[in-house]
Amino acid sequence: MEPFTMTEKTNAPAVEGLFTMDPRDPRLLGTRCRGCGTYFFPAEKTFCRNPACDHTDFEEVALSRTGKVWSYTSASYKPPAPFVAKEPFEPFAIAAVELEKEGITILGQVADGIGVDALATGMPMELVLRELYQDDEHVYLTWNWKPTDGGSDA
Amino acid sequence: MSKDVAVLGVGMHPWGKWGQSFVGYGVKAAQDALKDAGVEWKDIQLVAGGDTIRNGYPGYVAGATFAQALGWSGAKVSSSYGACATGAQAISVARANILAGLCDVALVIGADAAPKGFFAPTGGRRPEDPDWLRFHIQGITNPTYFGLYARRRMDVYGATQQDFAAIKVKNSKHGLHNPNARYRKEVSLEDVMSSVLVADPLHLLDICATSDGAAALVLSSMDFARKHATDPVRISAVSTVTPRYPNNIIEMPNLATDSKAISGPPDIGFKESIAHDAYEESGLGPEDMSLAEVYDLSTALELDWYEQIGLCPPGDAEKLLRDGQTTIGGRIPVNPSGGLACFGEAVPAQAIAQVCELTWQLRGRAEGRQVDGAKAGVTVNQGLFGHGSSVICSI
Repeated sequence: MEPFTMTEKTNAPAVEGLFTMDPRDPRLLGTRCRGCGTYFFPAEKTFCRNPACDHTDFEEVALSRTGKVWSYTSASYKPPAPFVAKEPFEPFAIAAVELEKEGITILGQVADGIGVDALATGMPMELVLRELYQDDEHVYLTWNWKPTDGGSDA
Repeated sequence: MSKDVAVLGVGMHPWGKWGQSFVGYGVKAAQDALKDAGVEWKDIQLVAGGDTIRNGYPGYVAGATFAQALGWSGAKVSSSYGACATGAQAISVARANILAGLCDVALVIGADAAPKGFFAPTGGRRPEDPDWLRFHIQGITNPTYFGLYARRRMDVYGATQQDFAAIKVKNSKHGLHNPNARYRKEVSLEDVMSSVLVADPLHLLDICATSDGAAALVLSSMDFARKHATDPVRISAVSTVTPRYPNNIIEMPNLATDSKAISGPPDIGFKESIAHDAYEESGLGPEDMSLAEVYDLSTALELDWYEQIGLCPPGDAEKLLRDGQTTIGGRIPVNPSGGLACFGEAVPAQAIAQVCELTWQLRGRAEGRQVDGAKAGVTVNQGLFGHGSSVICSI
């Protein structure tokens, strides 16, 4: 069972509009310029940032759910606000994952306490949703990266 | 037309945690620079301030704040911000005014009083601000980016944590006798490796501190300089470039890169372009440099800069370091001042402080850390949200 379904509180995105809430197939939500086809994440909705294009209309697109590790690191100390850290703070890993089709590298925490020892450049990763924090009514979710094969045991 | 301006005077307030206002630090640095230049405050025609964003409104209008503190004189004023590249913005304003003939002599000042611990965004819920978003939704701090770049060097080029630690060891030796450095103590490989892990693979001593400090320059036209100095150090180029599209390397404070799916990668990467544009403007190349001051926010980043400013091809930085080429006495000493490793970062002052160091080196007056026969030097630095910063000085 996913951790965020173990409560009667309602799931809510920590920030609206960045990802879908489907727990089985979560996707980051970006946009694609209808003129040149360039992708943007977070979504660009006003003007195309490709200097060779002056279009202003975009389609919303769900980005590829999988990609490969460009690099990775850890947050061994509690980040300051506006991060809402769990108490006691548990260090976590962070990965930069390249989406091949979109040509974008996206940062995210690595899910489920998987540490840097289990990661490597080039490793395939998939997007999952995890709890960021909760209040009396909601469990607020964000995206995490997770090794598609569960990570190596190194 | 020559694009040279003269560095008539330099001054700094020592880096540290002094618990005072940034204004006082800036005034001290400015007064030292004026004295060094032999120019009086009342003769300054333009004050170019580097802004600080963590010290209230006076910090946002730093040029006027310093002008008021020094005593209103009617001088023209500018206040610039470019994150870590703020100092280069202020230098660029002063230089452009001088080269355009709008003034003969200008005073550039940057000063900061820094908070403890991690830098964090300013307050309020602001999902549209990438700096707020990365902290809130993923817990991504500045050292996260330093850790990503360091790990990438290990996986792609075979760098080791010992290589990173060796940068700190080198810089701690360089800064040992620098009177403006905050940390003047030799550090061993063991000290770095046994300090706590902050952002794997980087330890606490791999990452620079945040400091109070101030730096100032008196800049003038070459004509004005002829009446006040003999053979002054010259600023031959100032690069304040933005990235070329698409910027496909992850950069602070972003959660994602630009897409290279349609455009392909850029002709030149952002960090490579910063010093490149300064070299182009000066007509000098990396081979002409006697020394470099680079922005070692982390030890591993110094290795990246070796390649990005053209001291060696990609992947060869560790060899350059291990061979002692970037130590004082080597072919191209890097961070003879001690760098951020010995100073910690005083954001709006740092790019100005880099030029102070070049000036002392090129005058042959960098006591205890002199690079023999220094003729030209390059600084490089980068401010978040796409601010390049590189200055070339020569004699």
